[in-house]
Amino acid sequence: MSNLDIVKPENLVYKKSNVLTENVMHYCPGCGHGTAHRLVAEVIEELGIQDKTVGVSPVGCSVLAYNYLDVDFQEAAHGRAPAVATAIKRLNPDCYVFTYQGDGDLAAIGTAETIHACNRGENITMIFINNAIYGMTGGQMAPTTLLGMKTATTPYGRDQKLNGWPFQVTELLAQLPGTYYVTRQSVHTPANVRKAKAALKKAFENQKLEKGVSFVEIVSSCNSGWKMTPVQANKWMEENMFPQYPLGDIKVDGELVKK
Amino acid sequence: MAKELKLMKGNEAIARAMIASGADGYFGYPITPQSEVMETLMAERPWDPNGDNYTGMVVLQAESELASINMVYGGAATGKKVATSSSSPGISLMAEGLTYLAGAEIPCVIMNAMRGGPGLGTIQPAQSDYFQSTKGGGHGDYQLYVMAPSSVQEMYDFVFDAWDIAFKYRNPVLILTDGAIGQCMEKCYTRDNVPRWTEEERRAKAPWGTWGKPASRGHNIITSLELESSRQEVFNQKLQAKYAEMKEKEVRYEALNCDDADYIFVSYGTSARICMKSMELARAKGLKVGLLRPITLYPFPSKQIAELAKRVKGMLCVEMSAGQMIEDVKLAAECKIPIEHYGRFGGIIPTPEEVLEAMENKIIK
Amino acid sequence: MTEEIIIAGFGGQGVLSMGKILAYSGVMEDKEVLWMPSYGPEQRGGTANVTVIVSDERISSPIISKFDTAIVLNQQSLDKFEKSVKPGGMLIYDPNGITHEPTRRDINIYKIPATEKATEKGIAKVFNMIVLGGFLKLKPIVGSEFIHKGLEKSLPARHHALIPQNEEAIELGKTLIEPVFTL
Repeated sequence: MSNLDIVKPENLVYKKSNVLTENVMHYCPGCGHGTAHRLVAEVIEELGIQDKTVGVSPVGCSVLAYNYLDVDFQEAAHGRAPAVATAIKRLNPDCYVFTYQGDGDLAAIGTAETIHACNRGENITMIFINNAIYGMTGGQMAPTTLLGMKTATTPYGRDQKLNGWPFQVTELLAQLPGTYYVTRQSVHTPANVRKAKAALKKAFENQKLEKGVSFVEIVSSCNSGWKMTPVQANKWMEENMFPQYPLGDIKVDGELVKK
Repeated sequence: MAKELKLMKGNEAIARAMIASGADGYFGYPITPQSEVMETLMAERPWDPNGDNYTGMVVLQAESELASINMVYGGAATGKKVATSSSSPGISLMAEGLTYLAGAEIPCVIMNAMRGGPGLGTIQPAQSDYFQSTKGGGHGDYQLYVMAPSSVQEMYDFVFDAWDIAFKYRNPVLILTDGAIGQCMEKCYTRDNVPRWTEEERRAKAPWGTWGKPASRGHNIITSLELESSRQEVFNQKLQAKYAEMKEKEVRYEALNCDDADYIFVSYGTSARICMKSMELARAKGLKVGLLRPITLYPFPSKQIAELAKRVKGMLCVEMSAGQMIEDVKLAAECKIPIEHYGRFGGIIPTPEEVLEAMENKIIK
Repeated sequence: MTEEIIIAGFGGQGVLSMGKILAYSGVMEDKEVLWMPSYGPEQRGGTANVTVIVSDERISSPIISKFDTAIVLNQQSLDKFEKSVKPGGMLIYDPNGITHEPTRRDINIYKIPATEKATEKGIAKVFNMIVLGGFLKLKPIVGSEFIHKGLEKSLPARHHALIPQNEEAIELGKTLIEPVFTL
C-alpha cells in the first residue's frame, strides 16, 4: 500500500481528537505529557463535555497545557491549582473542572491546597503527573524523587537523612474521606495507555456524582531529566519507580481497595 | 435585604455590601481585625435558598490566605464577581495571588483591614501597608486600584463602586482600610439587593471568562504567562495604558475647607477622620487649615495636590506609618512648599490634639 | 449637639451593649453616631471600653482622648478615665468596689449604685440599663421613644420579650443616680 492509499478517508482508523489544538507540543520526545494530554482530550470529546470543561494548568512542564487542549483554561500560580479549581467548580457547578499538575506543584509547594481540596471533597478531577523530578527548571529533586536517585540538587543521590523519603502523596490522599476515586496509572505501553484512559474517563464522569475528588496519578518518565534515552527511561521507570509507586486503583467508589 | 438605615461595624458593612451588590463568591481566612466579614457572611448564609438573605452567593472558608486569593483567581476568572478580605499579614501571603490576578487581568475585590507591623506586629489599626498596596506588593509592574474608605458608609458603598471599576478595567480593586474603621459602628444606609448577574449578563460583562467553551468561540485562556519577551513587553504597555486611563478618569478625593486654607492636612482613612477633628480645633483657634483626603490611593490625586501646592503655605501628611504616602504628596507638589509627615506606629492612633500640635510645630511654626 | 462618651468596665458588665443600645437609639432619632470599642485580647476578659459619640453633625475622629462624659464601672476604669473628662464634663461611676473616690473638682461627679440594686432585685442581666438610665436622666440626648426603638434594633428578635424589663431598668436608673460633686 502506498502512502497515498493509506491517507484515504476509508482507511482512517485513528485521528487526532478535536479537543486537541493544532499547536505542536513543546514536550521532549519520550515524555509522558503528550500522551496524557491526548487521553484527556479524547475523554472530554467522548463525554461530549468540551463546552463545559475548564482546566487548570500548573507551573512546571505542563504550564502551557492550555496551548494544546481546546477547552477553557486557567493557568494557576505554582501549587495553587486545587484552590483555583475549587472556586471554579463551586461557582460553576455544571462545569467539569480538572487540574493537571506535576509532582513539585501538587506534592511540594501545593501540598496544603492539594490536601485541603481533597479533604473538602471538591467535585473535581485532579490529574497528577509523577516523574520524580523537576523537569522545567532543569532536573532538580522532587518530593517523589527516589532514594539514591541523582538530580541536579541531589548530585550524589537522594539521601533520606538529608532529603527525607519519597512522598507517596497519592496513598495519603486516598485516606481522606473527601476523595472518591484514587488510582495510579502509567502511559508507557499501549495496554497502560488504555487503562489510563479508562481511569481518566471514570474520573471525569464521577464529577456528576458529587462524591468528591477523583484523583489520577500517572507515573511518567522524564528521560531528559533522568538523562536517559526514552527506551531506557521506560525500563528504568518499570524497575525503579513502580516498586515505590505501584500501579493500580487505590480507592474506588469511596472504598479503599484491599490489597 | 431592603434599603434600610442600620448601625453596623465597618467589617459587617463590607460583608453586607458584598451580598447586596450581587457578589457571586467570597473566599477568606480568619484574621483579626476583620474576621467579622466572613462571620457576617456565614451568619447570613446567602447560599441557602431557605435563608432570609438568599442570593446564591458562595461563601467558603479556605485553608489559608494563599488558598483564598487563589480561589478568588479561579472563581473570578470565570467572569463572576468574587471577593476576599484579610489583614496585613494575610495580605502579604496573598501578594503572589495579587500579582497573578493583575497579570491575568482578573477583576475582583480585596479588602485589607491594616494592622501594625512588621511581621505579626499588632492587631491594632495602622496604615503601614500604603507602599505594599500602591507600589506593588507582589512582583512585576502592576497596580491595584486602591480605595480608602474613612467611614462605615464608605465601606459599604465602595464595594458597589469597586465592582464597576474592577470589571471596567479588568483589574483587581483593593479596599484599603484599617482596624478602626473595620471595628467601629456607625450608621449606614444599606441598599436594595442588586441581583447577581444572570448567565447572559456574565457572558456579556466577561466575554473573556472561562466557563466552558461554546462552539461559537475559541477557548478562553486566563494566564499571566508569556514566554516571548517582545509580546510580554507589549502586554506591559497595555497594562500601563490601562493605569494611565485610571489616572485620567478614576481619581477620587474629598477636599474640606481647602478653598481659603493656608495649611493643608493630607490624610486618608482613619487618619483623615482624626485630621477632621484637628481641623475643627485649628479653625476654632483661627488657623486656616484644610484637609485633602485622597479616596483613591492609586490613582493618586496628584493634580489636586499640585494645584493646592501653588496656593497654600505648607502641608502635613498624617499617616499611621513612618511616612509612606508623603512620598506621593511630595512628588505631586514637586517640593515647592514645606511638606512634613506626622505619624504614629504599631497600632497607636494619634489624637486630634497631637496632630494639630504637629501642624503648628512642623508647618505653621 | 455633640456628646462624646467613654463607657468602661469589666468584660461581662455589658459595656459594649450599653454603648450599642445608646448608639442605635441615636440612629433611630436620625443623629450621627459612632461606636468604637477597644478590641483584641483586651476583650477576652479584663477591661472593656467603648467610645460612643452622638451628634447632630458629621462625626470626625473615631478616636478621641477627651470626653464629655465618662461612665466607669470599676476602679481601673475610674483611674484610667477620670483624667480624660473635659473640664466641666461629667463622670458617672458605680461605687461598688471603688476604694479610691474620684478627686477632680472641675467636673460634675455622680454615682449610681447599680450593682447593688441589680443584685438586690435579682436583675443582674439589665445592670447596664440601670447605668444607662442614670446617664439619660442627666443627659437626655436621646428621647425615650427612640431608646425603645434602639432596644428593638440592638437586641435579637428572640430577646424582644425582655425589652420591657430593660426599659424598667432604665427608669430605675433614673431614680438611683445621685450627685457626689457638682460645679
